[in-house]
Amino acid sequence: MMKDDAVFRALADGSRRQLLDRLHAKNGQTLGELCQGLDMTRQAVAKHLAILEEANLVSWKRQGREKLHFINPVPINEIAERWIGKFERPQLTALSDLKRKLEGKSGD
Amino acid sequence: MAGSSFVYVTFIRTSPDELWSALTDPEFTKKYWFGVHQESDWKAGSSWKLIFPDGRIADAGEIVEIDPPRRLVLRWRNEFKPELKAEGYSRCVVEIEPAGDAVKLTITHTMDRDKSKFIDAVSGGWPRILSNLKSLLETGRIVLSA
Repeated sequence: MMKDDAVFRALADGSRRQLLDRLHAKNGQTLGELCQGLDMTRQAVAKHLAILEEANLVSWKRQGREKLHFINPVPINEIAERWIGKFERPQLTALSDLKRKLEGKSGD
Repeated sequence: MAGSSFVYVTFIRTSPDELWSALTDPEFTKKYWFGVHQESDWKAGSSWKLIFPDGRIADAGEIVEIDPPRRLVLRWRNEFKPELKAEGYSRCVVEIEPAGDAVKLTITHTMDRDKSKFIDAVSGGWPRILSNLKSLLETGRIVLSA
């Protein structure tokens, strides 16, 4: 289930990033809608979507007969926090230490 | 499509029962949800509240459907920002499905209006909450504290 490689592979393609941009601009689109105005065949878009789904970057829901696609930023957030969270944590710890010290003083 | 919605999915190496209790237990919730906790008796038709650490009500609504450890549907309205509260009630569906040695958690949050500010506001929070929840259940540690 650790799919970092799948996420990076899926993102390493301009067409797939373009599809994510389109879903980011308007979430919940059908394959047909996503194809509009793109210089790609329907088959190519479907193939790119399948790779994005496999990497869990695109989620989908059935609505009647339609399959709506949504951008799923959760794996990107996990990758970001892997490296960014570490740098935020000391600041947060420092702040909570300060808070504890100040509150301890006034409380006692 | 009419309305605003998002569908967030994460896979967590845990069991459906553990994930369900992580999603509903107030003390556990505080650890990954930036200090907030929920208040409800978790029955269909019961009220549901999301409470800030200082006791103010962040969001409120009711339990529409509940089927542990599979499915929870909430009627959900913001209570602390007038412009978001004015949009009225959203619908949040939480689904838990076994997926190999992990569990698939799907959060679908919908508001029956286009360009919902409420949906924009909560869509930024969920990825961080879900990353924290995943990290806490899989490693016992959170990534970001409140």
